[in-house]
Amino acid sequence: MNFLLSAEQEQFCGSVARFARDVSQSGRRRLAFDADTDFLPELWHDLMVLGVGRVLVPAEHDGVGLEMIDAALVIETLGGAATPVPLLGHLLATKAIALAGDAGQQAHWLPRLADGSVISTIAIEGPDITRWNLHGEAGQLTGTVKSVPAGHIADLIVVGLKDGRLALVENGPGMVATPIDDTDRTRRIADIQFTRAPLVPLPDVPGAAAALVDAALVLLAADAFGGANACLTMASTYAQQREQFGRPIGSFQGLKFQLADMAVDVEPARGLYWYAAHAYDHVPAERSRMAAAAKAHLCDVYMKAARTMIEVYGGIGYTWEFDAHLYFRRAMFDYAWLGTPAEHRDRQAALAAWSAA
Amino acid sequence: MDLSLGTEYEAFRAEVTGFLAASWDKSRNRDPGAVAAFRATAIEQGYLYRSIPRAFGGSEQAADPLRARVIREAFACAGAPGELSGPGPSMLVPTLLARGTDWQKHQFIRRTLLGEIVWCQGYSEPNAGSDLASLRTRAAIEGGEWVINGQKVWTTDAHRADLMFVLARTDPAAPKHQGISYLLVAMKQPGITVRPLRQMTGGSEFNEVFLDDARTPLDWIVGQPGEGWSVSKSTLKFERDNLAGTDRIEQQFASLVSLARKAHRSGQPMIERDDVRQALAKIEAHVLAQKYASYRQTSMNLAGREPGLIDVLGKINGSNIARRIATLSQDLIGADGLAMPGERRHRGGDNETARAQSKWVNQIMGSLAMAIAGGTSNVQRGVIAERGLGLPRDADMRTS
Repeated sequence: MNFLLSAEQEQFCGSVARFARDVSQSGRRRLAFDADTDFLPELWHDLMVLGVGRVLVPAEHDGVGLEMIDAALVIETLGGAATPVPLLGHLLATKAIALAGDAGQQAHWLPRLADGSVISTIAIEGPDITRWNLHGEAGQLTGTVKSVPAGHIADLIVVGLKDGRLALVENGPGMVATPIDDTDRTRRIADIQFTRAPLVPLPDVPGAAAALVDAALVLLAADAFGGANACLTMASTYAQQREQFGRPIGSFQGLKFQLADMAVDVEPARGLYWYAAHAYDHVPAERSRMAAAAKAHLCDVYMKAARTMIEVYGGIGYTWEFDAHLYFRRAMFDYAWLGTPAEHRDRQAALAAWSAA
Repeated sequence: MDLSLGTEYEAFRAEVTGFLAASWDKSRNRDPGAVAAFRATAIEQGYLYRSIPRAFGGSEQAADPLRARVIREAFACAGAPGELSGPGPSMLVPTLLARGTDWQKHQFIRRTLLGEIVWCQGYSEPNAGSDLASLRTRAAIEGGEWVINGQKVWTTDAHRADLMFVLARTDPAAPKHQGISYLLVAMKQPGITVRPLRQMTGGSEFNEVFLDDARTPLDWIVGQPGEGWSVSKSTLKFERDNLAGTDRIEQQFASLVSLARKAHRSGQPMIERDDVRQALAKIEAHVLAQKYASYRQTSMNLAGREPGLIDVLGKINGSNIARRIATLSQDLIGADGLAMPGERRHRGGDNETARAQSKWVNQIMGSLAMAIAGGTSNVQRGVIAERGLGLPRDADMRTS
């Protein structure tokens, strides 16, 4: 048994972590947060130089063909520093094309997604595939998808259609992406209106849409763990530095117990998200259930940790100038996007076949 | 990442299973002679007491938590007698191995492992609970032996124990952690009175122990006089298997799901209610999180690395999960929870249902014990904050 990261995985996470730390410390995170758009092309360039775009791309298309756990570790690391990059949708669109694209589609798009010269995202109507309603007819798409991550930035959109079919739409005529003044300004979203937009279907690979949704849930859980763990570290560090009544506030038992409870919430949750990511590639029978359980649990944990962290900071944590609320905002995104914890607990229960004997 | 045990351990499992098939007859599990003979053979084979030298009755194997896990699972599966638990094998033996004299090791370890000597632990006192080092039981040398006076409490198994390992104050002038000694004392003597305490479950597992001029030989001290605090903290870091506790939690959760399947309210199976399904899903996530966090913890230990925070979280996390399971089970059994454990008035008729309800009432109350015994959850929170998160230590609240 070996439930550990390899030396290569740790090294890769280390280089992503250095990038993420530099983005926040250099003020570029704040720049993106305050700007009208979160997209800073040089950040995307620097991130792609690290090879992050290649993780889920097979070797024959200029990728490194790694697993969901590797993508999740990258997302966790970036989430831990609230890094404003449009990677979540990009990795998911990449996975969709790797899962369902035909040889021509893969050969055309995957190398471009691997090096980030094309930015992509996914536009799906929630986690329940049976409720997807968009129709693609005669190579054209008409309809609206709300809350598409980086929908206004992406060059290529993987769209979820009725009956769990997937299709590609390129940003161009027939597509209007309206950016939203959103709560999480580090991962902006747009509502997309398609009007007879040219559409290229991906081959109907059974289970591809479900696998895409599961991948999204795993990556959201990964971001939530990275964020929650950062909240724990930030709050513990601040509690050691901030003094009141002549001593560090972290010496008061009330605060100690609050932080200890936060640690009890956060640290074991790593095991659940790792296992969900591991099961994605290695335990097919448990994939969907573990993805649902991880999304529900980790997003709850993150929301609670972000709340406690801001409470520990006190007044400064509630200000716009101080960056603590970036984590609260990301926790709100992870909590709500593609289904709330309660929705996923319903799925977790249904997939467990919990029914009367 | 690789969560399988691998071929080496699957081969080992086959070896252990083969041994059990050849050497253990389940129908003889109430025959003390057969049980003792089997244990001796299992030790000889290297399956039990793996950390203990052969000279003292163990099987002296290289540390390997995964082998230990395979053995534990195979023995449980065959219903075969495994290692004895309780304060003797789990606390006194490691302490003697670390700090005892040769004579003490030879005198006590083998017989403790075989169950020939039963021990109880004389630590807690009425006024020394979480603040154990403030204990007041005194020991002094009189007439060439130790004479001990005081009172111990929460003493599990005191009513059937042969010996007690006792923390007693031997130097009242020294700072509180430094004036304590670790003594071994015979229970069957005029100076010792044992009074059972009845728990809120109705059962009696622990006792009060009164020491009035209890006596023990001068050399029945472990470590030097005044070293008792550090002696009591000596543990062996051998094959720490963090998975054992997780197995129990998983079994409890499985019982909870089957209770939800059987329980009905207004004609509806409880497991079909949305609120019950949400609650089960929440608890399951905690169970899975703890399970796979302990896989990582075990893997870290195997790789010789420090697992970090998770090491100090396990106890309180387990207590929290037990509380969540207990709380949901109250919703599931409803008014059947009004009768005490063992009470036959449980509605539902047949004995099996009554036994199951009795078991749940016991678990609802018993889950509290997990949050108290061996360091309360608030003591755990202090440890997590200070050792896990590096917050300032409270000098007045030293617990180690």
